[in-house]
Amino acid sequence: MDMVCNFPAVSILLCLFAGIISSGLKQKAARMLNTVLLLVVITLSATAFVYTLATGSSFVYVMGKFPAPWGNEIRAGMLETFMATAFGIIMLLSLLGGEKKLHDEVEEGKIFLYYVLNDLLLSSLLALVYTNDLFTAYVFIEINTIAACGLIMIRQNGRTIEAAVRYMIMSLLGSGMILLSICLLYDITGHLLMSNIKETIEAISHYDTYNVPLMVAISLICVGLAIKSALFPFHSWLPDAYGYSTVSSAAILSSLVSKGYIFLLIKIFYRVIGVEIIRNSKIINVLFIFGLAGMIFGSLSAIKEADIRRMIAFSSVAQIGYIYMGFGLGTEVGMIASIFHILTHAATKSLLFISAIGLTEVSGGSRHFNEATGSGFRNKIAGIGFTIGSLSMVGLPAFAGFISKILFAQAALRNPHKMLSVLIVLGISTILNAIYFLKTVIRIYTPVESSIYKPLTMKDQKLYSVVIILFVIINFFLGLMSSMVTEWITRGLAMFS
Amino acid sequence: MGPNLLTNYGEAVSMILFCIGFANLLLQKNLIKKIIGLNIMDSGTYLFLAEKGYIEGRVAPIVVDGIQDVNAYINPIPSGLVLTGIVVSVSVTALMLSLTVRLYRRYHTLNLDEISMRLKKEGL
Repeated sequence: MDMVCNFPAVSILLCLFAGIISSGLKQKAARMLNTVLLLVVITLSATAFVYTLATGSSFVYVMGKFPAPWGNEIRAGMLETFMATAFGIIMLLSLLGGEKKLHDEVEEGKIFLYYVLNDLLLSSLLALVYTNDLFTAYVFIEINTIAACGLIMIRQNGRTIEAAVRYMIMSLLGSGMILLSICLLYDITGHLLMSNIKETIEAISHYDTYNVPLMVAISLICVGLAIKSALFPFHSWLPDAYGYSTVSSAAILSSLVSKGYIFLLIKIFYRVIGVEIIRNSKIINVLFIFGLAGMIFGSLSAIKEADIRRMIAFSSVAQIGYIYMGFGLGTEVGMIASIFHILTHAATKSLLFISAIGLTEVSGGSRHFNEATGSGFRNKIAGIGFTIGSLSMVGLPAFAGFISKILFAQAALRNPHKMLSVLIVLGISTILNAIYFLKTVIRIYTPVESSIYKPLTMKDQKLYSVVIILFVIINFFLGLMSSMVTEWITRGLAMFS
Repeated sequence: MGPNLLTNYGEAVSMILFCIGFANLLLQKNLIKKIIGLNIMDSGTYLFLAEKGYIEGRVAPIVVDGIQDVNAYINPIPSGLVLTGIVVSVSVTALMLSLTVRLYRRYHTLNLDEISMRLKKEGL
C-alpha cells in the first residue's frame, strides 16, 4: 500500500487533534494552527487526488486492520479527494476573508473557540466525504450539526441564539430520520459498510417482501438529508442562520455544511442503495419537484428582501433547488451537473458573503439595501467581488454559474419527460436571479454626491483583497476550465460505484 | 400484516414512540417540551434497534465456557449502536438545554414563537 493511502485518515485525525489542542491555546496560536491545518489538509487531499488521477482507481483504507464486513473503512476516489481539496480551499479563504469582522463581532476571549469549532467542522466534513460506513457517517453528521450550531451562535445576540435553536430543531428532526433509516437498512441487510449493503440490496431486490421497508428507508434518508441541506420546504431556519451569524460562518455554512450532506446523499445513491433502484423509485420525482419549487420560491423570497445578507441567504435556497433538480433528472449527466453546481455554488456564495461584508462596512455597518448606494466606489475590491459573484450566479458566459446552467440544460434535453419543466423553470429562475442580483449591483454602483462614509482602499485591507482576488480566480477557473473539471467529475462518478 | 404486527409489537411500539417524539419536537411551542420530544424520538429508535438485535433464547457473545454453536449468540453490534446513539443524543440534548437557558435568561419565556415576535419588534 502506498503512503498516499493513509492521507485521508490522517487528515481527519489531524483535524480532530487540532481541535483538541486549540481548546488550550490562545487566540493567535489557535488561528495559526487552524491556518496551518487547513494548508496541510489541502496539500494531503490534493496529493491523494493526483494519486487517484494517476492510478485511475480508488483506494480503501481499513481502519484498525479489521477486514471488510466487520471493520470500519475509508474509501477515497477522485471525486472524494477533489471535494475534500475544494472544501479545504474554500474554508481557508472564507476564514481569512472574514477574520477582521470576527474580532468586531465575537468577544475577545472566545475567538479561540471559533477555531476549535472550525477544526471539528472540517474533520466532520472530511469524514462525511471519505467514510465508507453508514453509522460513522451518522456520528459525523451529528458532530457537523453541533459544530455548525456553534458557528452560528459564536456571535452572541438574541437573533443568533434563536437562529441556532431553530437550526438545531430542524437538524435534529433530520438526524432522527437518518438514524431510523440507517437502522432499517442495517435490519434489512445486516451490514453497515456501504459496499456490503449494496451487494445485499442487489441480491434481495428481486423479492417483493423487501420493497416496502427499502422504500421507507430510502425516503427517510432522502428527507432527512434534504432537511439538513435546506431543500425548499424545509428552509425556514436558513435565512436567520446565514443572515445574522458572523460572516465567515455564513460563508462556511452555506457553501460547505449543506454541501457535505448533499455529497453524502450522492454517496448513498451510488454506493448504498444503487443508482438503478433510486432511478426506478418515485423518490427522485419528489426531489425533482421540490427542487424546481425551491428554484422559484427561493428567488422570489430573495427579491422581497431588503437586507443584503438575507438576500444572499435566500439565494442559497434557490441554488440548493438546482442541485436537487439535477438529482431528480435521474441521469448520469444530471448528476454531473449537480456536482459541478455544488462546486460553483460553494465558490460563488462564499465570494458573495465575503464581499457583501466589505460593502456593508463602508455603509456604516448597515446591511440595508438603500444604505449600500455607491458602496462599490467606496470599497472597490468588494464591489468587484460582489459584481463577479452576482454575474456568476446569474449565469453570464465565462463564469462558473454559466457552465452549471448549461450543464443542467443539456442534462434536461436527454430526459424527454422532464425537459420542458426544467427548461421553463431554469429560464424563470435565471430571470429572477438577474432581478435581485443586478438590482444590487446597480445599487452599489449608483454614484452619490457626497457620502458620509469613509472609503476603504486595497491598502487598508490587504488580506481581504487577496482573498477576494483568489475567489475570483477560482470562479474563472471553474468557468473557463470547465471541460477538465467535468471530466474529473465524470471519471470520479465512474469510480464511485 | 395482522399477525406480523402482533409478533413484532416491540417494533410497532418503537415506531409509535418515534412518531410521538417527532411530532412533539416539530409542533410544540415550549422549548423544554421540544427537547423532551427529541428524547422520546431518539429512545424510540434505540428501542427499535434493541428489539431487532435480540433473538429470544440467545445470549450475549461473552465466551466463558468455550465457544458454542453460532446460533447460541446474538449480534452485539446493535447494542453497540444504541450506546453510540445514546452518547450522541446526550450531547445534543445538553447543547439544546444550554441554548434554552441562554434564551430564557434573555427573554424570560420558553415560547419560541413569542421570542421570534419580540425579536421582530426589536428589529435587530
